[in-house]
Amino acid sequence: MANKIPNRQVICETLLELAKEDRDIMVLASDSRGSAAMAPFANAYPEQFVEVGIAEQNIVGISAGLAHSGKKPFVTSPACFLSMRSIEQIKVDVAYSATNVKLVGISGGVSYGALGMSHHSVQDLAVTRAIPGLAVLLPADRHETKRMTEALVAYEGGAYIRIGRNPVEDVYESDDYEFVIGKAVKLRDGKDITIIAAGETVRVALDAAAELEQAGVSCRVINMHTIKPLDEQAIIDAARETGRIITVEEHSIHGGLGAAVAEVVVQQAPVPMRIVGIPDEPAIAGKTSEVFEHYGISAAHLKQLALELTGA
Amino acid sequence: MNTLALKAKAAQIRMNLLKMIHGAKTGHTGGSLSNTDILTALYYKIMTIDPADPKHPDRDRFIASKGHSVESLWCILADRGFFPKEDLDTFSRFGTKLIGHPNNKVPGIEMNTGALGHGLAISVGMALAAKRDGKGYRAFCLMGDGEQAEGSVWEAAMAGAHYKLDNLIGIVDRNRLQISGSTEDVMGLDPLEDKWASFGWNVVSLDGNDVEALVNAFAAAPEVPGKPTLIMANTVKGKGVSFAENVPHWHHHVPNDQELEQALSELTALIESYRKEEEAQ
Repeated sequence: MANKIPNRQVICETLLELAKEDRDIMVLASDSRGSAAMAPFANAYPEQFVEVGIAEQNIVGISAGLAHSGKKPFVTSPACFLSMRSIEQIKVDVAYSATNVKLVGISGGVSYGALGMSHHSVQDLAVTRAIPGLAVLLPADRHETKRMTEALVAYEGGAYIRIGRNPVEDVYESDDYEFVIGKAVKLRDGKDITIIAAGETVRVALDAAAELEQAGVSCRVINMHTIKPLDEQAIIDAARETGRIITVEEHSIHGGLGAAVAEVVVQQAPVPMRIVGIPDEPAIAGKTSEVFEHYGISAAHLKQLALELTGA
Repeated sequence: MNTLALKAKAAQIRMNLLKMIHGAKTGHTGGSLSNTDILTALYYKIMTIDPADPKHPDRDRFIASKGHSVESLWCILADRGFFPKEDLDTFSRFGTKLIGHPNNKVPGIEMNTGALGHGLAISVGMALAAKRDGKGYRAFCLMGDGEQAEGSVWEAAMAGAHYKLDNLIGIVDRNRLQISGSTEDVMGLDPLEDKWASFGWNVVSLDGNDVEALVNAFAAAPEVPGKPTLIMANTVKGKGVSFAENVPHWHHHVPNDQELEQALSELTALIESYRKEEEAQ
């Protein structure tokens, strides 16, 4: 049965649970408590909730001040605005000043598919991962979202987390697995090729690997839930052990997961690579699934690329 | 410290920062001279701070949102014992912690600043944390007047009033000059007091180079419970050095040997006059 619980709801439920014991957890919203599914938190813990209105620079600056005073703020704001309008506050007030602020970019990637490029966030990984000391993460499904949220509450330091708007199909059967920030998860082993994915493209990668198996190609799938700090060893191992790598991301092909992986591959274990993502253009309008299909973020296209690379 | 002692201290800090800038051959001379009296009032009279315990949870917070005028702050922190005075000789040198903006690797500095328009939002967060935790500390945020053109200042101004942060004190170093010339020519700000008042702040306008007036205003805040306070500190850029006062070029002009000598002699005479005044009392 298809999952109907969006990741944003999982973040709220997880924080609600943890806030019972930890009164320093705070949630901030920029007129986004509805879209972030944070209304239950605002209602349950009004003293741990701060509304700043539509002011993304302000929400990050205020959070940095709160964190400096011992609070654990979770900023929940649309990824497109949070990662762009506030980027200087993220660079200076969070990363440079080393404040414990968690930046949750909601409705990320092409979630707001039909609203145009103003509302897409497909450059966010590129800009955030270039900032020293800032962790960058994106969960693959609701189970990982729960484990990631728990890990982030315990993690001391700034982090940017991007989630999508709609429920995504499960990747994990349950939340009963080891989640470590910065440690990639090998979801499926293989010896001919590796697909490295993150966020909502992990499901696509798994589907491609299943199809490849039927075509006689053994495909490893790595869930790179942490873009930074990057699990370089998992990439080097994949390159050495499978000889070819495809990355797939809900992000521009410039500067995101593919670029991060390529930086490791070309310098430490050069192998043929392909980067699948949104090309250098304003993304086409449509539902996430339609946009994915249009740009080849699909099992069929990944399978075709893998067959070409393996010569199978 | 009485008023005359505070005035003498401010003059001494001006001498120290001029020597430091002269030695390093770089610095924001004009703005540091204009904000020296504000910082002197805060660091020698008003704020609850302990150089031996710079992170005490109940300390007052100071955020230098106009981070480029850090030279006066470095000299004051050294004088208050947050770090050794010899460290001032490393100002702007290779690998130093005493860079040209506040750096929170240095004891006494809360947050890294330098990008304008950031400090007030941070201060709102600090003041809000104090309110939510039922603590009594205050947050002081020093802004430049050129900085008032940053839209983020006004986002934070709105939030400070919305959350009734009467433990928040914003200060505008209103010296009416920015790097390109008069603030009113670059991007008109007046009536600036009215703008802050209309954002829900209690505005106090005073001579920002009058340390006694500053002390009184800081001590009186909040005059209106439930409102943040904005001190419009009308200052003179380059204050205390006759030939630098109100000269835009001194924004980051570095005094040459002759200029330094003259400036130090003027300030020495000033300190001497305070000493005589003290004796006469």
